[in-house]
Amino acid sequence: MDLTLDAALEAIADAGLTRDDIDGIATYPGGDAVGSNGFGGPSAAAVQDALRLDLNYIYGSGEGSAQLGSIIEASMAISAGLAKHVLVFRTVTESTMQGTKNRNPGASMQRAGGFTQFLAPFGAISATNWFAQVAQLHMHKYGTTREQLGQIALTCRTNAGVNPRAVYRDPLTMDDYLNARMISSPLCLLDCDVPVDGSTAMVVSHVDYAKDAPHVAAHINAVGSAQYGRPSWDQYEDMTSMLAQGVSKHLWSRTDLKPSDVDVAELYDGFSIITLAWLEALGFCAQGEGGAFIEGGQRIARTGELPINTHGGQLSEGRLHGYGHVYEAVVQLRGDAGERQIPNAEVIVAANGGGPIAGAMLLTKGISN
Amino acid sequence: MAIDLDILTVRIPPQDDPETAFFWASGEDGKLRFKRCQSCGYYSHPPTPRCPKCLSGEMVPEVVSGKATVLSYTVNYQQWVPGQEPYIIGLVTMDEQDDLRLTTNLVGIPIDAEGIIGMKVEVRFLARDDIWYPLFVPEGA
Repeated sequence: MDLTLDAALEAIADAGLTRDDIDGIATYPGGDAVGSNGFGGPSAAAVQDALRLDLNYIYGSGEGSAQLGSIIEASMAISAGLAKHVLVFRTVTESTMQGTKNRNPGASMQRAGGFTQFLAPFGAISATNWFAQVAQLHMHKYGTTREQLGQIALTCRTNAGVNPRAVYRDPLTMDDYLNARMISSPLCLLDCDVPVDGSTAMVVSHVDYAKDAPHVAAHINAVGSAQYGRPSWDQYEDMTSMLAQGVSKHLWSRTDLKPSDVDVAELYDGFSIITLAWLEALGFCAQGEGGAFIEGGQRIARTGELPINTHGGQLSEGRLHGYGHVYEAVVQLRGDAGERQIPNAEVIVAANGGGPIAGAMLLTKGISN
Repeated sequence: MAIDLDILTVRIPPQDDPETAFFWASGEDGKLRFKRCQSCGYYSHPPTPRCPKCLSGEMVPEVVSGKATVLSYTVNYQQWVPGQEPYIIGLVTMDEQDDLRLTTNLVGIPIDAEGIIGMKVEVRFLARDDIWYPLFVPEGA
């Protein structure tokens, strides 16, 4: 809660508002912070109470369009006239919890229920296992290599090197990547994101407020909230991709902008393979060509044609779980990214989630209609 | 030589669930079953009370051949449980239907084997505490 309140108060002040202006809260995943073993922060109601707010709108759920579903929800509440300024936040304490035995999925799970019922009884107890099969099939079907996938990790690390808030900033070489210990083949330790303690908060406001705001606003140009196909870790039709496919189609159907208009892509990287799947799904390259697209890493570097994860992503900045990507998109659009600033960044796509959950958002600099 | 199916130090059992109990008990007679629509013939997994294709409510567990093809796999190295040796998690497609898929363990296959994707496999059951876990070995093993 302390991290959450620090982030919330900083976001509110940054938006030129006071807490009395906040009339809505939305968060992911909501629910019980302690029971979630660090995966979730305080509930929306807990934050409401801590700040003694009167709210016209409140939302907290782990279902929906992945982590940024909560931001989509906030924008819908504003569009519907239910609220004017919605505080959105995502808090994790996974680093702290990593030191307790409760974070170990093998030790904590007594009986496999829900979606894990047909996974965990076969030792498929970690998301690493589930995404590893996606990566394996992608490599088998399209010839994608570990060296290509490694470019995601290397690019994130390079970007983290100029992000003072990043956890891992020391340079990483391809040899380091290829020699890292295997977790679940073909995914090694450096394909997996880094658990951290942190809270990310932003304020979503009505477009009419933008002219009064102290900073240039990031405009939500379009969102992709569609969920097409089976929402399942192992039953999705094309196991080389993910529900990112439907979200991406939906996103591009709701804007005049095109993939070629995008200046920066902040793509979820809970695992490196997810970023690759988003690059393909969002149409930056064709299905199956993601490996070739990132070959050598130049194209996705900060100096390349499509810089990705300019903050270092979850692989190196830390696992702020989707919100870190959206936050970085806003910072880049405002031109506040310092040494890692991408010149003239005006259109940024932020994509969250992997496997059976997905959501995406196209953000533009300033208000356009 | 008999294949040792007991590759996990700790095997997490499924929750008691009346809708899936038939699946976990199916191997008692050595046969694998999936729910099948009696109206259109579609197999549904995980089991559902209605056919997800034609919406018929006549879903009955039916025996399948137990033969499948490996769609994808991973070798798990991380010791989620201390002392656990590396093991193979596989995703297999049953011969009966293109989208009848099961996450399972592949056993009797070296972890560094080539050509695991596309391998023809067949079911074996590991019985533990009245649960019959369907695992897969190379066909004819």
